[in-house]
Amino acid sequence: MWQHQQSAQSAMTLELFFQYLVAGITYGAVYAVVAVGFNIIYNSTGIINFAQGEFVMLGGMIAISLVQWLPLAWAITAAVVLTMLIGALMELCCIRWLRQPSILQMLIITIGISILLREGALHIWGEGIRSLPYFYGDAITAWTFGPVRLSPQVIWVLLACGCMVAALHLFFNRSTLGREMRACAVNRTAAALCGIKTRNMVTLSFVLSAGMGALAGCMISPITYTQYDSGAALALKGFTAAILGGLGNSMAAVVAGLLLGILEAFSITLVPLAFQDAVAVSLLLLILFIKPHGLFGSSAAARLKAF
Amino acid sequence: MVGQMRTSQAKLGLLVAAVVLVQFFTSITGTEYYLTQLTMAAYYGLVVIGLCALMGYAGQISIGHAGFFAIGGYISALLTTYDLTPFAANPVVGLLKQAGLLFTWENLYGESLLTCAPWTAGLAAIAVAALVALVLGIPVLKLRGHYLAMATLGFGTIIYRMVLALPLFGEADGISQVPGFVLLPAGLFSPGAIMISGESNLRIFNYYVAWAVLLLGLVLLLNLMTRSRSGRALRALHSSEEAAEACGVDTSRAKLQVFVLSAVYAALAGVLLTHFNGGIGPEEATVMKSVRYVALVAVGGMISLWGTLLMGVGLSFLSLRGVFGSYDDAVFGLILLAVMLFAPGGLLQLSKRIPWQRLWSATRHRQS
Repeated sequence: MWQHQQSAQSAMTLELFFQYLVAGITYGAVYAVVAVGFNIIYNSTGIINFAQGEFVMLGGMIAISLVQWLPLAWAITAAVVLTMLIGALMELCCIRWLRQPSILQMLIITIGISILLREGALHIWGEGIRSLPYFYGDAITAWTFGPVRLSPQVIWVLLACGCMVAALHLFFNRSTLGREMRACAVNRTAAALCGIKTRNMVTLSFVLSAGMGALAGCMISPITYTQYDSGAALALKGFTAAILGGLGNSMAAVVAGLLLGILEAFSITLVPLAFQDAVAVSLLLLILFIKPHGLFGSSAAARLKAF
Repeated sequence: MVGQMRTSQAKLGLLVAAVVLVQFFTSITGTEYYLTQLTMAAYYGLVVIGLCALMGYAGQISIGHAGFFAIGGYISALLTTYDLTPFAANPVVGLLKQAGLLFTWENLYGESLLTCAPWTAGLAAIAVAALVALVLGIPVLKLRGHYLAMATLGFGTIIYRMVLALPLFGEADGISQVPGFVLLPAGLFSPGAIMISGESNLRIFNYYVAWAVLLLGLVLLLNLMTRSRSGRALRALHSSEEAAEACGVDTSRAKLQVFVLSAVYAALAGVLLTHFNGGIGPEEATVMKSVRYVALVAVGGMISLWGTLLMGVGLSFLSLRGVFGSYDDAVFGLILLAVMLFAPGGLLQLSKRIPWQRLWSATRHRQS
């Protein structure tokens, strides 16, 4: 009898373990996408774009509004395109024409933009919590794989984030445009001398990271909901992932994002829910203290970084 | 150098005269209620000039100064409202009481409370803020660049979550019924106690106290930044970190010192404003508040303590009067963006570019 109870309990904890793991990977995938977005812009401009989290929020919010009139797939596509436009506008209006701006100046500009986007969202959509409908089934639909129960939405999130990262990898390594962007990241002056229009590459980097953020925002919206101020926490965690992976290193940021998500999910067993954000911040400080060049980066390369 | 000192003294004199004139004007016209917001604005001004030293002179940005303000305000509020009467028999409490660190007072309901004296509470709060700044700053400021921005953003988020989640800090309601900060006990010069509090008969007195604190803080910073070795080191650091380092400036140490100092300014403002308002709520700890302080420093021109002080107090006053309505936060975001895009030297710098003297002489010529 006692033995039976114990085995039931251990099965229970195993199940719980997998639930935490799945939740962690789901959130982690979004952090990874935000972190990659940080890196794309960091590589082309040397700044950290504080409005990165707002792209995720905007993608979700616009899709939620459009889904009233359009089929889900089209609403999401339109939301991603619109957010990309906003990203492009942000760069064209606020970054492009500055002559030799200091990093502090650009940093403050992105903070200002993030506030304006958030306040704009507050005045358009209000304070309410919204969400997209589940893409398949509803909140309680679940597929069971052995000890793991998966919501189809989780698969959507992982699929979308995985595809985005893979496509980005191909883009940067195989396409001419991607290679030109990488050339800009390595040495802007040299890239300009080779005939690459470096300014356009910066715009493109904003468009790319806005689009990625928006798509992630749509995918995660049914699970985590979207609110006008949900961007700030995401930006913080995405940044933590970016630092953890080594600023500028996109593929490492993906691993770091997943790690952070899993760590956060399991932290629920130890700290109250209200302090979940504190886990990421403590981790951030810890990394900055011990290994500021990231888990996978070299300290020599980190010393050259401008931010 | 002497000329610089003289203009600085002249500006200070002008400001003192303006402060006194405003008080006379409001007293004569019967609009003394403006003084309440001007008092609060002066305390916010204290946060902003401290942040100006960090941003303008050390070239580092903190998006967590509302966190230090909240540490100051909340700890002071907690210590002065947490009733120790049940522990009166405890030898530690007895010892504290004998040392004069505790005081007894009556709250609105006439209950007698034994709590920390405001002096003790305030000093403890400021010490905690300084310690937190040190712990936060040591790892982050050793790195080159602007990691402090994200680290302080994270710190601010944690503080906000803590005051919102912990019952000790009153959750969404904050802490209210905080006693006044007694400067002189009752019966010494006047029948009532002279203290920092929101009572309307102490309004003019509080107005002057707030401005005295602000101006003292300003003078201290001006002296530190322009005339001391560490101030010069900081300015060298702002123009080029490498060059400063090559000249033997310990850059991370200099940055850390000014970061802690600015945290102390924010905490002091938090302590005094909390006693003035008689309470503090979680809205003081939001990230948006921190961004607002950054915006005020940016408008003031980053490296200009004077500009920051004027803009900081002026805009805080307008915001407290509710001039911006529901667009309050948006206005500060817009200010931040517009100033950085069009006038990175601040608004006052912009007015210097307009040839006032030529305009003035042109009008005179036309008149003659």
